[in-house]
Amino acid sequence: MLGSNTMKPKNNRPKNRLDWQQVLQQYGGVITLLVLFVFNAIFTPHFLSMQTLNINLTQVATIVIVGVGMTLVIATGGIDLSVGSLMAISGALAPIIFMHPALGGSAAANLMAMVFPVLLAGLFGMFNGMLVTRFQIQPIIATLVLFIAGRGIAQVMSGGNLQTFTNPGFTVLGQGKLLGLPIQVYLMVLVVVLAAYLLKSTVFGRQVLSVGGNARAAELAGIPVSKVKLMVYTLSGLLAGLAGLIVIAVNSSSDANQVGQNMELDAIAAVAVGGTLLEGGKATIIGTLIGALIIQLIRYTLLAQGVPDAVALVVKGLIIVGAVALQKERRG
Amino acid sequence: MQNLLRQHGALVALVLLLLFAGLRYQGFLGEYNLESFLRYNAMFGLIALGMTFVIITGGIDLSVGSMAAFASVIAALVSPHGVWLALLVPVLLCAALGFLNGFVISRFKVMPFVVTLGMFLIARGLALIASGKQTVLVNTEGGVGNLGQGDFLGLPIPAWMLLVLFAVGALFLAKAPYGRYALTIGGNEEAARLMGIPVEKVKLLVYTLSGALAGLAGVILASQFSAGQPTEGVGWELTAIASVVVGGTLLTGGRGSVLNTLVGVILLGMIFTVLNFENGLGHININSYWQTVIRGLFLLAVVLLQSPAFRGRLRIRPGT
Repeated sequence: MLGSNTMKPKNNRPKNRLDWQQVLQQYGGVITLLVLFVFNAIFTPHFLSMQTLNINLTQVATIVIVGVGMTLVIATGGIDLSVGSLMAISGALAPIIFMHPALGGSAAANLMAMVFPVLLAGLFGMFNGMLVTRFQIQPIIATLVLFIAGRGIAQVMSGGNLQTFTNPGFTVLGQGKLLGLPIQVYLMVLVVVLAAYLLKSTVFGRQVLSVGGNARAAELAGIPVSKVKLMVYTLSGLLAGLAGLIVIAVNSSSDANQVGQNMELDAIAAVAVGGTLLEGGKATIIGTLIGALIIQLIRYTLLAQGVPDAVALVVKGLIIVGAVALQKERRG
Repeated sequence: MQNLLRQHGALVALVLLLLFAGLRYQGFLGEYNLESFLRYNAMFGLIALGMTFVIITGGIDLSVGSMAAFASVIAALVSPHGVWLALLVPVLLCAALGFLNGFVISRFKVMPFVVTLGMFLIARGLALIASGKQTVLVNTEGGVGNLGQGDFLGLPIPAWMLLVLFAVGALFLAKAPYGRYALTIGGNEEAARLMGIPVEKVKLLVYTLSGALAGLAGVILASQFSAGQPTEGVGWELTAIASVVVGGTLLTGGRGSVLNTLVGVILLGMIFTVLNFENGLGHININSYWQTVIRGLFLLAVVLLQSPAFRGRLRIRPGT
């Protein structure tokens, strides 16, 4: 569907004629994105405006950030269902820190409120990784534990109450702008670039892919499989923590019941639509970015055309299944 | 002793919990409490039954909670036309959605959790569309209320459904060819295929069954609350998976027991009942948020006990 940055599928067909099917499968994501863009440019009023761009980018940033972590986890053959709950935990902790009377709303308090929640989410991610590696629990079940308990933990931390706040120093994360673009867009780009580099050009990236390709073979080849897995779940947790902060900064409020709700689905959908193999072994960070943009643009298009969001749910479900079914067809 | 614990750990835990609660709370084992317990937990039990079959084949069905919500809406919409239609239409519709799950999974060889994740969204969307995003009141004149609230021979009707279907399910798994096939496929799909087992058909069947049972749970839901609830059923798939795991069914497929799932359902439900009693009597003060955490911790304990690492340790250490 998309150009991948690793292990390009072998071209077994004769090269002398243009193979439309292959073109579609290789560049389907980019083509879909272009089609959506052109369609909106023509049919959606005010689509080509800075405001629309900012709305879409703001909404997609958290999905991309979480999706990048999910891509790494999925590349090792795992899955992380806990990301939404980890976002809620991080989102619940931040206001507790910067509203703490002892810290008095200082700049240091804001800094701590940006660092500690992310680290806490990373610790929980590491816990997921421990369950997967040490106790050899299937990832879907291991992360199910925090999917359930994590939201409870966030609710206990905040007493289940909506925490609202006015804190310009902190909400800059979600409301600030630099050169006309929202701050979280820069964060998103930074995360994407770093992760793409990590996956493509570092030893760790290669290890991630070989663990997902064949964990047993990787083990025999001397790759520290457990360490690699522990690392990707930790990274996924850290990124979820960051996304949680952005969400509460955007809203100037933290609702443990709502933050990160269904985020695992959006992230998995972005990864699948982007062309990363869900069995692991092949991954593309740029693909996840494009996948998230496609999902966002489809949602925006449907809403702009007055389609109810209930119908949008159905469409999203069909897209996920369709994208993954296409993956399978491609590989025969 | 060690063997008993490993194979019937959930049952042992359940008996201990029942003893504890029976002695501690007046009326815990009374007719009223048991009846309402069964009435409420039947929904989760039916979903867990379908999930057991799916998991035995090595799959998973994440769409059951949304399907139950969809079924509850349809049941409410159909309720003016009588109890049989209100029962059959939602169940058949959900069976069809389940069939679709099975079809995509077996025909396109897509991973079950992705397909059913898609259906999770689709069914929720359908529920919201069909209901116009509002709870749909059940027309009780058609007798639909009886399905969830009525009694038969002294037992709640949902409890009858639960017990009968679990008995049929256990028999099916133990005796029917397709039941045995399901176990074989979960054990080793490639080998099953080579043995000539109709793998695709079996998968179609288990996902269709799972959908139908989720539909039935949805009908009970609508009947008990006298309303179709498009936003209900959130997290039910996880409760069901937890029940199956607690019952000792391996998530990798190939092994499993319908009766153990029933034990798992009752055990999970009992824990909440006990927490409620403790709360109600003022012994503790645990709000619902803590209950979520406790549920997660409980699941954690069970999966740890089930994990290969822990089992290995149990075996090595003498005298445990």
